[in-house]
Amino acid sequence: MAGQGASEPALFTELEGDYGPFRPQIPVTVPLWLGIAMKKRSKCRIQPPDWMSVERLSEVLEMEREAPREFQPLPFHYVEIAKLLLDNAREDFENNYMVQSLLEDIKDVRWDKVEKGLKNLSGRTHAVKLKNISAMEVNRMRTFTVRALQSFFKHDNDDMMKQTPTDSDSQSTPSSSDRLPRRTLRPR
Amino acid sequence: MDSGNGSEDGTPWGRGDGQGDDDDNNRDWGLKDIPNDVEVLKRVWRNEKSAPEILAYESLLVERVQEQIANMEENILAAAESLDDMMLSIFEMDVNRLMFLLRAYLRVRLSKIDKFALHVMRTADLWDRLSPQEQEYASKFVDVLSKHMHDSVLGKLEKEYESMMKQAASSEENDMIVEPNLDTYVFCRSKTALGTFQLDDKGDETVDMMPNDLYILRYRPVRNLIETDRIELV
Repeated sequence: MAGQGASEPALFTELEGDYGPFRPQIPVTVPLWLGIAMKKRSKCRIQPPDWMSVERLSEVLEMEREAPREFQPLPFHYVEIAKLLLDNAREDFENNYMVQSLLEDIKDVRWDKVEKGLKNLSGRTHAVKLKNISAMEVNRMRTFTVRALQSFFKHDNDDMMKQTPTDSDSQSTPSSSDRLPRRTLRPR
Repeated sequence: MDSGNGSEDGTPWGRGDGQGDDDDNNRDWGLKDIPNDVEVLKRVWRNEKSAPEILAYESLLVERVQEQIANMEENILAAAESLDDMMLSIFEMDVNRLMFLLRAYLRVRLSKIDKFALHVMRTADLWDRLSPQEQEYASKFVDVLSKHMHDSVLGKLEKEYESMMKQAASSEENDMIVEPNLDTYVFCRSKTALGTFQLDDKGDETVDMMPNDLYILRYRPVRNLIETDRIELV
């Protein structure tokens, strides 16, 4: 995230890296926590990241709606980053209501896909592949998915032993459509 | 390194875990490429959090981090007058963040020791994964726990039932010891393509791991991969 310093130049050598020098009106890339800290002290202005523009988010939303079985690439922590930035640096976004509502829609569409995908879990699922999923979605479904898979494993183990393997399953689908989240064995 | 903290950088999808640059084998290793200790600690912490059993103790990493924290604190004290408040507080924030990470890592391990103390003490391989201080903690914990159990309940039961480790003297195994569930499912990701590997011995289940995609798998088959750092848990 780029911030623009408004005070005297300073060079930070921190445990995590070197940042600065901060000169007025010159954009610098800093970690999120640093930028938010400076923003809270009114020492800088925050430049919204590229993926948070109205155009980009509308594109992402369109694509999410059009591809019901895959997720669009977004930063892993997009929900958290967006929340922090919108809470602390609202005025630095030109269209903040639009951005916020687009993000909400994107979140809803993606979560919907996750829920649909969860229905495909069964005793024969031995691995689930989630491409382009984000941290918030992972954590929302973590407990449920882990418990469900554990129960399936415990109870359906006998079923699985009767299935014979077919390896056409894993190779036949083209990589562009990553089906979420199903990788099951087909019964002979 | 810029945006070292793994939040967004200028590119559209900065990976939240801030793993820095992927290693291109044809690049020379420069100072920039050596993974930042903070990043490594974050990854190690995340792995420890998601894994059902206790993982190997990263003693070198912890030592280095402690050194860095100590140095940083000294620097802050030394420079306290010459810096203005904001810079000072930012340096402090940085140190606090690192201390938090370190503490969180140690706490996760301690909580696993608490849960599985008896099991850890009896399994040589797990015992070796503990640091000396943790080993001391574990033995004292077990002592205190057994004393407590004995005084409050077990001492008052019949001779047959007074063991903390067996349900009854007639049990063949130590069935009262809690063991971690290695068949639980974990979320994991690999940085490189691992190719197809088998999830179990009958060859029924194979998974093809592509880089940077999340997979949900059973923990048991991927244990080794975590140790050799080819997979990370999320």
